Amino acid sequence: MSDIEKDYFEEITYRDALRLAMHDEMNENKNVIIMGEDVAKYGGAYGATKGLLDIFGENRVIDTPISEPSIIGASVGAAMTGLKPIAELMYVDFFGMSLDQIANQAAKIRYMFGGQTSVPMVLRAQGGTGRSGGAQHSQSLESWIMHIPGLYLVMPSKPCDAYHLLRKSIQLDDPVVFLEHKMLYNSKGSLDKKNIDAEFGKASIRLEGNDITIISYSRMVNIAEEAAIELKKSNINAEVIDLRSLNPLDKENIIKSVKKNKRALVVSEGHYTSSVASEITSIIFEHCFGDLLKPVIRYTAEDTPVPVAPNLEKESIPSMENIVNFSKKLME
Amino acid sequence: MNTFLEDFYKTMKRIRTFEERVSELFIKGETAGSMLHLSIGEELGPTCISKAMNDNDTFTTHHRGHGIFLARGGDPNKMMAEIAGKKDGYCKGKGGSMHIADMSVGHLGANAIVGGGIPTVVGAGMSYKYFSKPSISVAFFGDGALQQGILYESMNMAALWDLPVVFCCINNQYGMGTKIDKAVAVKDFTGRAKSFGLNACSVNTLDVEEAYYKIKPIIDDARSGKPGFIEIECYRFYGHARMDKSPYRDIDEEKLYRERDPIKFAKKKLIDKNILSKDNIDKLDNEISNEMDEAISFAINASLNDTNEIFKDVYSNKNPESIKTRIKKIIGN
Ligand SMILES: Cc1ncc(C[n+]2csc(CCOP(=O)(O)OP(=O)(O)O)c2C)c(N)n1
Ligand SMILES: [Mg+2]
Repeated sequence: MSDIEKDYFEEITYRDALRLAMHDEMNENKNVIIMGEDVAKYGGAYGATKGLLDIFGENRVIDTPISEPSIIGASVGAAMTGLKPIAELMYVDFFGMSLDQIANQAAKIRYMFGGQTSVPMVLRAQGGTGRSGGAQHSQSLESWIMHIPGLYLVMPSKPCDAYHLLRKSIQLDDPVVFLEHKMLYNSKGSLDKKNIDAEFGKASIRLEGNDITIISYSRMVNIAEEAAIELKKSNINAEVIDLRSLNPLDKENIIKSVKKNKRALVVSEGHYTSSVASEITSIIFEHCFGDLLKPVIRYTAEDTPVPVAPNLEKESIPSMENIVNFSKKLME
Repeated sequence: MNTFLEDFYKTMKRIRTFEERVSELFIKGETAGSMLHLSIGEELGPTCISKAMNDNDTFTTHHRGHGIFLARGGDPNKMMAEIAGKKDGYCKGKGGSMHIADMSVGHLGANAIVGGGIPTVVGAGMSYKYFSKPSISVAFFGDGALQQGILYESMNMAALWDLPVVFCCINNQYGMGTKIDKAVAVKDFTGRAKSFGLNACSVNTLDVEEAYYKIKPIIDDARSGKPGFIEIECYRFYGHARMDKSPYRDIDEEKLYRERDPIKFAKKKLIDKNILSKDNIDKLDNEISNEMDEAISFAINASLNDTNEIFKDVYSNKNPESIKTRIKKIIGN
């Protein structure tokens, strides 16, 4: 990383923003460590920790055996005893085998023990479709995490938010699940280290509009923005809300925007049933029932495992074209 | 001593040629993605173990399982089509390289979760015991899975219940970029298995015949209810997945180990022992090459799935409704 000292980047990749965030936190706090499979020598399956071993050494950037439950469980113990671990799971799909340590240990320890101790750790992982990884390497499992009290859940879509929210996650005194999307690592945006707009529980209005509110997070925000630009051609002004964190969730801005526009579309790459999208939809119904001109629509991935065949994979998640179509329909 | 060397050579050569063609298919842009894990250099283990197994035996594989599947009777055309994500593939293109399966030859499934397919063979062993079937079930996995707790839970159950099960570790020295030395403090894996009450052996040879005679008793014992563990030491000749160039490995190490080639070894032995002439081997190689070329054409020409296929096979007796249909029911067409 040659630009380590810079405070402003006109253009930086999502991947480099993450690396920089971990670098800067590790610089400022000697107790921050990174552990996970191939995070050190290899630099992370998606390159997010590349170069950090050379800078911080193998005491702080630690390659582990392929033992996910223990990577997370050991992070819990380290966090309870003074370290600030950033654990990396190569794929979010490995939540499957790790869920006890995430849900029964990390999430509940502060509460069960009456507030005596904290678990200040970050669990980074990446999910989503786009690489034909199939049913066990392409999932969007944020609803599993959002369902569990005790876990912060962060899913930024832009490099600047990835940077600032990862730093804040590392600083927080609670366990944070920080989810990236495999198709975002090469995406680019600006980064101003000094201008901190991102906060937990504060959504970002990516595009303002007075006709319809489109609520999304992670990679789908970018698709929603494309759709909003397309909708302009038909004189429909969509407001695009990027939630950035799902716990805490910025209900206030969701409700404000929907009350203004009276029409809402929730877009997510997770499944339809029992999902983040269904949670947001029900919040809107609870708070904006009298304002709505049309039912709130949740546009999500299919309620099926993710198929490998590229044509099926693509068809199984929300498309820009359909966001446009559904928005137009809601405007009728 | 009965010699299977010609057979063994053919199996190993077919595996290698198939994997080379997978690589070609990728370069042509015809594979479904790049999560393709080639077993070039690792052909010996699947070849000798497969030979020791019977027709009604079953197995699971890890993500680097093309070779095992081929050795057990996989059809290269349907395998290649699956890798291309096509309708005519083994799993209709929905599973791909990492989740390929064929119940008709006892392939209970490849797995993209390291260690994910290991307990499956414990359950298969329970079935065979329950139904008094003479079958065994073999789990193939990499050295990375030696560090998954689930392996030891499975070994314990297999030993506790005297199951006809074999755990087979293809130890290619690396789990992605991490060398085995960085993953374990002690490399005595047979010792681990023995401590659970399993038969165990480790094979470190280029001679597939020698390997066969070493592992055969473990497989035979499993059939009579004494579970076993086999470690096959080998080397992953190329990158972890198709895009990986192994920058974390020492070039000299790679060179050295690529010389230690079980196929070259078998070829030389075939010639030295006058089992096959060089010409005959060339002819055989040619046939194999043609067979695998055909697999590529088959995969490229195979048809894509209709998008309706997304909704099939989620359940035995119903298909989920598409999200678009659900939305249209709310807001109209
Ligand atoms: C549970 C789980 N953890 C991590 C991964 C990511 N991953 C895929 S293959 C691999 C290396 C596996 O090494 P090994 O078991 O030795 O098999 P090899 O690739 O060497 O054949 C890793 C870490 C995974 N697929 N599943
Ligand atoms: Mg390995």
